[in-house]
Amino acid sequence: MSAETIQSRREWLLSDRPASRLQARLGRAYVAWRRFSANRLALVGMLIIIALVAVAALADVLAPYSPTVGDLKNARLLAPSAAHWFGTDDLGRDIYSRIVYGARWTLYVVILVAIIAAPIGLLVGTVAGYAGGWTDTILMRVTDIFLAFPKLVLALAFVAALGPGIENAVLAIAITSWPPYARIARAETLTVRNSDYIKAVQLMGASPFRIVLRHIMPLCISSLIIRVTLDMAGIILTAAGLGFLGLGAQPPLPEWGAMIASGRRFILDQWWVAAAPGAAILIVSLGFNLLGDGLRDALDPRSGDQ
Amino acid sequence: MSVAENQAAAGRGSARAVGILSSLGRFLVVAVTTYLGLLAVTFFIGRVIPIDPVLAVLGDRAPTAVVERTRREMGLDLPWIEQFYLYVKAALRGDFGTSVLTTNPVMSDIRRVFPATIELATLGTIIGAVIGVPLGVLAAVKRGSLIDQIARVVGLIGYSVPIFWLGLLGLVLFYAKLQWIAFPARLDVVYEYTFTPITGFYLLDAAIQGQWDVFHDAWRHIVLPAALLGYLSLAYISRMTRSFMLNELAQEYIVAARAKGLSETRIIWGHALRNAAVPMVTVIALSYANLLEGSVLTETVFSWPGIGLYITNSLQNADMNAVLGGTIAIGSVFIAINLLSDLLYRLLDPRTKIG
Repeated sequence: MSAETIQSRREWLLSDRPASRLQARLGRAYVAWRRFSANRLALVGMLIIIALVAVAALADVLAPYSPTVGDLKNARLLAPSAAHWFGTDDLGRDIYSRIVYGARWTLYVVILVAIIAAPIGLLVGTVAGYAGGWTDTILMRVTDIFLAFPKLVLALAFVAALGPGIENAVLAIAITSWPPYARIARAETLTVRNSDYIKAVQLMGASPFRIVLRHIMPLCISSLIIRVTLDMAGIILTAAGLGFLGLGAQPPLPEWGAMIASGRRFILDQWWVAAAPGAAILIVSLGFNLLGDGLRDALDPRSGDQ
Repeated sequence: MSVAENQAAAGRGSARAVGILSSLGRFLVVAVTTYLGLLAVTFFIGRVIPIDPVLAVLGDRAPTAVVERTRREMGLDLPWIEQFYLYVKAALRGDFGTSVLTTNPVMSDIRRVFPATIELATLGTIIGAVIGVPLGVLAAVKRGSLIDQIARVVGLIGYSVPIFWLGLLGLVLFYAKLQWIAFPARLDVVYEYTFTPITGFYLLDAAIQGQWDVFHDAWRHIVLPAALLGYLSLAYISRMTRSFMLNELAQEYIVAARAKGLSETRIIWGHALRNAAVPMVTVIALSYANLLEGSVLTETVFSWPGIGLYITNSLQNADMNAVLGGTIAIGSVFIAINLLSDLLYRLLDPRTKIG
């Protein structure tokens, strides 16, 4: 590709007068990408998350040993070596393999929480913002009440009631993490609610249901994605905390928080059993935090770097 | 001053009084609904629990007649709304039932363990504020410099690290390898019998009684968990301080102060920081509330006998009365700090519209 064609493509993308909807969208995405990729830390964050997804997808190839069945006879609590990069645990399982498979559970938790909590918040926020009046007051009061609760402790109590397990941990985290999304969705709804294009759709006879679903919700998506990404680290830490307390994933699942808990008994002599999974949690949370910060700065220039 | 001006001034004064009253009224409404909400959630959690509450008290060998009687005595045959009313009434009396594990009333258990958590969270917040505020200020003043980068990395890791893991590594390093600190507990076993706490805050109690060996021992036990919680709050406080300071330093009164020839030190610490003080009080209060909650995991790692350890021990024994009582206790304090700091912000900051 010659320099000229690249140049003309860039001009096409940055055109002030896009000729088609596609061109406008691509142009916007290109501008956002340029802002995002100028931020080196954000790129690091993105790479970490891409690596997480790749590791989860290729776990069968990357892991040299089984994550659940160990060699109890010969390989108990071995220190890190060439054969076992991060050592082995008390059941003779290779810790590196368990961490590789654990990436799947981390993704599983994060994605499930996001697809449960974000739509709840989106629905509550847009309905409250569009309907106004008593509906708004009541829905936002409920949101504020949930916002004022201590999240981890409430999640603990929920899991205590539902019973330990990774699905119940996901549910408990989702129940406690939707309120900020409702707040954001409502704020976005209020800014577009009285705009001309909504009036036009109203005149065309669209039902409130259709207006909220087709014309308001799509506009809330980008701020919601930023917020969800920023929350991912918190979700991972809460899930790991629940796993550590024995309330999340149950053995023999290779969930990172639960792995730290099982390494706790040997922490003073075989520190590597707990050290490696914790480092994995730290790196992935860091990745989500960096990515979230970068997305916020790129997509929402109002917030600056505050 | 003319009569008209006087009246206008009086009018402004009473408008402000009305504003304060209405914001107090709003505060009360919000506080009451939030507490009712908290109780509604714990009530709901207590009811959807798969373990039958009667079964939990009597065991599965009890005759049907006894089960029925207990069910009535516990009010489980009443309509839900009436059950909730009774539940709220009991909670207001501080009656959260009896702990199956300790066989004490949950409330007396909570009274016993709460001071340990408060002591830990308070020390953590002090550490976080004392280091976090200056770090945030310096990061804002020398924006983009090395110290700003350091503050950023310190903050990012603080937001991303699993605290229980950091605690375990800290134990390996400072307890097992370097032997700088004492083993996980509140005091050495020797002192458990010779030391009588008064307030429940061991550092304070030891200082009051002049038992400096106990003080030293208590310090060696609390320093690592408190430093860890302090790190969490430092991450949050320094980040927010930086953001507030950047905001203030961009204002025109800073330019005016510079034009007046004030020293840079005076401008930063005297003028800008002072104007950022009101939102920072809120941030420090919120970080205190977060530490109370964060203590659940930290206490588990350090066998710190506070409310967090109480809740997790009860969880492992399916002792729901104790779990929910502990949840309500932490929730109440958390909500109170949240609401009070919000109220304080409204009352102190002249820029917030009152009402």
